[in-house]
Formats: sequence, structure tokens, C-alpha cells
Amino acid sequence: MRYALRRTGFFLLTLWAALTLNFLLPRLMPGNPAVAMMSKYRNLSPHALLVMENLFGVNSKEGMWGQYLSYLHDLATGNLGTSLSEYPASVTQVISNAIWWTTGLVGVATVIAFVLGTGLGIVSAWRRGSKLDSIIPPVFVVTSAVPYFLIAMILVLLFADTWHIFPNDKAYYVTTDTPGLNLTFIQDVINHAFLPALSLIITTIGTWILTMRNTMITTLAEDYVRMARAKGLPGWRIMLDYAARNAILPNLTGFAMSLGFVVSGAILIEDVFDYPGVGYMLLQAVSSEDYALMQGLFLLITVAVLVAILIADLLTAFLDPRTRAAG
Amino acid sequence: MAMSVPASEPAALPAGHAVARIWRAIRSNRKATVGTFLLLIFILVSAFPGAIARDSPTLDSYAPNMGFTTAHLLGTNGYGQDLFAQVVYGTWSVLEIALVVGVLTTVVAMLIGVAAAYLGGLWDSSLNVLTDVLLVIPLFPLLIIIAAYAHGATTLVLITSITLTGWSYTARQLRSQALTLRSRDFLEAARVRGERKIYIIVVEVIPTMTSLIVASFLTNALYAILFSSSLQFIGLGDPNTVSWGTTLYGAQNMDALENGQVMWALAPGICIALLGTAFALLNYAFDEIGNPALRPVRKPKRKAVRSVPSA
Repeated sequence: MRYALRRTGFFLLTLWAALTLNFLLPRLMPGNPAVAMMSKYRNLSPHALLVMENLFGVNSKEGMWGQYLSYLHDLATGNLGTSLSEYPASVTQVISNAIWWTTGLVGVATVIAFVLGTGLGIVSAWRRGSKLDSIIPPVFVVTSAVPYFLIAMILVLLFADTWHIFPNDKAYYVTTDTPGLNLTFIQDVINHAFLPALSLIITTIGTWILTMRNTMITTLAEDYVRMARAKGLPGWRIMLDYAARNAILPNLTGFAMSLGFVVSGAILIEDVFDYPGVGYMLLQAVSSEDYALMQGLFLLITVAVLVAILIADLLTAFLDPRTRAAG
Repeated sequence: MAMSVPASEPAALPAGHAVARIWRAIRSNRKATVGTFLLLIFILVSAFPGAIARDSPTLDSYAPNMGFTTAHLLGTNGYGQDLFAQVVYGTWSVLEIALVVGVLTTVVAMLIGVAAAYLGGLWDSSLNVLTDVLLVIPLFPLLIIIAAYAHGATTLVLITSITLTGWSYTARQLRSQALTLRSRDFLEAARVRGERKIYIIVVEVIPTMTSLIVASFLTNALYAILFSSSLQFIGLGDPNTVSWGTTLYGAQNMDALENGQVMWALAPGICIALLGTAFALLNYAFDEIGNPALRPVRKPKRKAVRSVPSA
């Protein structure tokens, strides 16, 4: 319980740090570019204008401290300002459209990468020194050094532009599809998500394999595994029920730490595929100098990562009595 | 290759043989050999780009979208620039960022990690919280925001922002290493001698962590390559800098892959991957040289099998 409380406390602290960073960044930068942008908002209501002023620190009558408090109040009430590129839509509206694409893509790709990667890690550690085990580390050395977007571009080149198996951009056929619960639309969505998901799986699977393999090697040396061998249990039971079962928790914690990389991978992959998720939106907001949308998306991504880490932490505490005892 | 068994003699060699010692270490480990070879090639290319490429990387007077010719080894891009010259001249920019960020982040991580561990108390808790907070905030979106407010990331902006945000991971490693040293006798002796804290940190603590410091440099250099190239790839770089990332941005912007201009995107992309691999290989090799437990298991096995019949 103390462990869970401490992790929650750390989550709140990090959340506060991220919110404050988001508040300070436009004010710290020399020649705040948001000032120029603010002049483009002509038809904004006085209240919406005030929200934007607090967001960027532009010709506000309140002092720095007052701006900070209003900014936190706006965030608490879900008011992230008005988007310039999607005017007059609010930032919250724009984000709520994009978020589902990213959640779907990253969620499915992460589950597949987790299952495949953990499985490969288990087998690789179990057959240490085998062909599979000798291939994986060098392959991981190379994939850890390849930029995420290059993998996506190579997949586009092969599967979309050369062999024409999958479409090369967007989340569905924008001109012919009618979004909704019809079969063609669902098929097209899966078709379009295939290559981005595959890119994300290739970029993230190495971490899963390697952390699982390394913890599994440690657990295989434990006495209870030797005991199981001595009892004459079948190999697959020792591998799954004795060694893998105890090795999987550190893999979960490792996931929390590598989430930042998953996010940066997703941003770059969405950019290559013009996939209309949060990362693509963020880059669109940057190139159209829509700073309110940009900051809203940054906050959303950061909060999502922090919440995921908190969940992984609490799950670890729930599943592993040792962390609870260590408090 | 593995015949000359590296015994424990390196320590007995005089200091003048340091170069020979490093050379032997590089040759004895295959990952180190390949990594050093790759890195040396890129350093040579970045030092003498004019001797390798005839054209200027910014000259755009050729016919656009040419394929392979003897005059243009990789063809030309959509703007009529020689791609080979772009790749050759782009090497320096990436290498510069990798080396400078590698050194700077390591220095910051060292100062913060070691200071936290050694000073203890309130210093340790506050520096530790700062490190942990920075560790979980997703860095790439943060770098995007910084680059956007800076109106494009020049080399200086890239170096500063990646250094300021990227030190936390290695600082944490260095801190835990320094914590294990804290109660050692030689530090106690220095304290009893009445040395100042800063002297103990710089002269006594830091030299014992050389292997972690080198690993930290290599890791951070790799992240600097990937982060800076990715920022340039999405169009947040400085368009006036010739670099692999900006070449890639041009390729992505002009749909090079769909128009059959494969080399425009692949050549700089593969260069980034190769330079990154060089740093990653050196990092793994350094781990293996310093920590024999991590060496691949199958090597001694095979040797044993082979030596049994001969013996």
C-alpha cells in the first residue's frame, strides 16, 4: 500500500512538472512566436481570448502568478484554447478526433509486440546458445540504431509502392469510404493500419525480446527451477510455469520505461503514413504554427504516458508481493 | 582470430602502450572491430568531404531526378542537387551533434549523478526527483515543442535541447554506481586526509567509473543521432544545414519513394542507421570487454569442442 501511495505521489509530482513545463516553455523562448500568432485570432470571444492569453503569456493584465493559476484552472475545466488551423474548433474537439486512431494503432501494435516479443524472449533464453538465441542480439543492435521512420519508409517502398499490397497513406480511403459500422470501411481501416502497426512492432519488439530474455536467464538459474528439473517435470512446464512466470514482471516494468520510445516511434510512423492520429496532428500543428493545438497535444501525450506508467507501477505492486513489502 | 588468448597482462604494460592496448582490445572483439571501422570511415568522410565528392552539396544546376551515372554516383534529387555530395557533406553535421551531445550529456549526468550520490541527504533526494521526472516525460514530443518555439532547430538548438533533456538515464546509472562506492575505504581515507568534497568527487570517485562514463557517451551519442535526424526529418531542422535528416525531409516532402526516387530517401537513411550501428556496436563491445559475463556463450563452447580432440 505504501508503495502504491508513493508511486501515486510521484505521478502527481511528474504531472505537475509537465503542466508547469508546458506553461513555462512559450514564456522562456526568446521572441515568443505565439505573440505573432495571437494577432490572427480576430473573431474570438473575450473569454476564449483570455484562455489563449493565459496559455501563452501575451498582453495579459494578470501577473505571471495569476496567469499560472488561471492556466491550471483552464486545464482542470478541460479548456485547452482554440485551434487556429481547425478554427473555430476547440483544441479539445480536434484532439478527441485524433486520439482514437492513435489509441487503436499503438494499442494493437503494443499488444502484438508484447506477446510476440515476450514469447521469443522466453524461447531464446530457454534454448540459450541456440541459433535463435545467437541471431537475436545482433539483430537488436542494428534495429536499435535504425531511425523509426526509415523502417516505415522501407515498408512503404516494398509493400505499398512496389508490390501494391497495402495502401501507403491515411487511415481509410477518404474519398470513397463512408466512416461507420459497414464492412468495407472496417476492412479498409484494417488494411490501412497494417503497415503502420507493422512498423511500430518492428521498432519496439527488440526491447521486449531482450529484457524478457535477460530476466529469464536469471530466473533459470534459481533453485526452484533446479527443483522442478529434479522432479522430472516436462520442459515446457518448467519454461512457462516456473521460469517465465517469474520473469514476466520486470518486463512489465521495462515497458513503462520504454513507453517514451513507443510514443516517439508512433509520431514518426504517423508522419510517414499521414495517419490522422495524435502524432500526425502534432506535426500538422507545428507546421501551421497552431501553438494552442501543439501544446494541447503535447500535454495529452505526456499525461497519457504518465498514466500508463502509473498503471504499470500499480499492476506490479498488485502482482508482486515483494514490491509491496519493500514499500 | 580468438587464438591469442587475452591474458591479464594489460595491467603490466607501461602507459606508453595504451594505444597498443586499445588496439588489441578492438581487434579481439568482433563488435568493436566493425564499430571502429564504421566510425573511422564516417570520421574520414566528414573530415575531407571535398576529396570524396566533386560536387557542391547545395549546387542545384543539374537535371532533377537523374538515376545512377558515373558523374552522379547516387543520381540527383528533385531539386537537381547531386545526392552523393549531399550525403558526403551531410556527414559532418550529424557527427558533430553526436560527439558534442555525447560529451555534454555525459558531463551533466556525471555532475548530477555523482553529486547526488556523494552529497546525500536533501541534495540526493531533490536531484533524484529531478532525474526521475525527466526520465518519464516523453522526450521526443518535448523536443518537437522546443524546436517549434525556436522556429527551426539549428545545430546549436539541437545540441542544447537534446543535452538539457537527455541526461537523466545515464545520471541515474552513474548515481547508483557512485552509491556503491560511497562507503569504500579509499574514500574514507581521502575524507580523513581532509580533502575537499569537490576534490574527492573529481579525483577519487569519477576515475573509478570510467567504463560507465564511456558507455554513457556512446549511448547518448546514439540518441543524439536518432533524435536530431528525426527532428530534421519531420521538417524542424535548419533548412540551410546540409545534413542527412534535412535531405530526408526533402525526399519525404517531394514523395520521393512514390516517384521512384528511392536513393534520395534510402541513401541518407542508411547512413544514419550505419553511424548509429557503429555507436551501438561499440557500446555492446565495451560492455563485453569490461564485463566478461556478457560475452556470447557459444564461443567458449565451440572452442572447447574443437580443442578436445587436439588435446
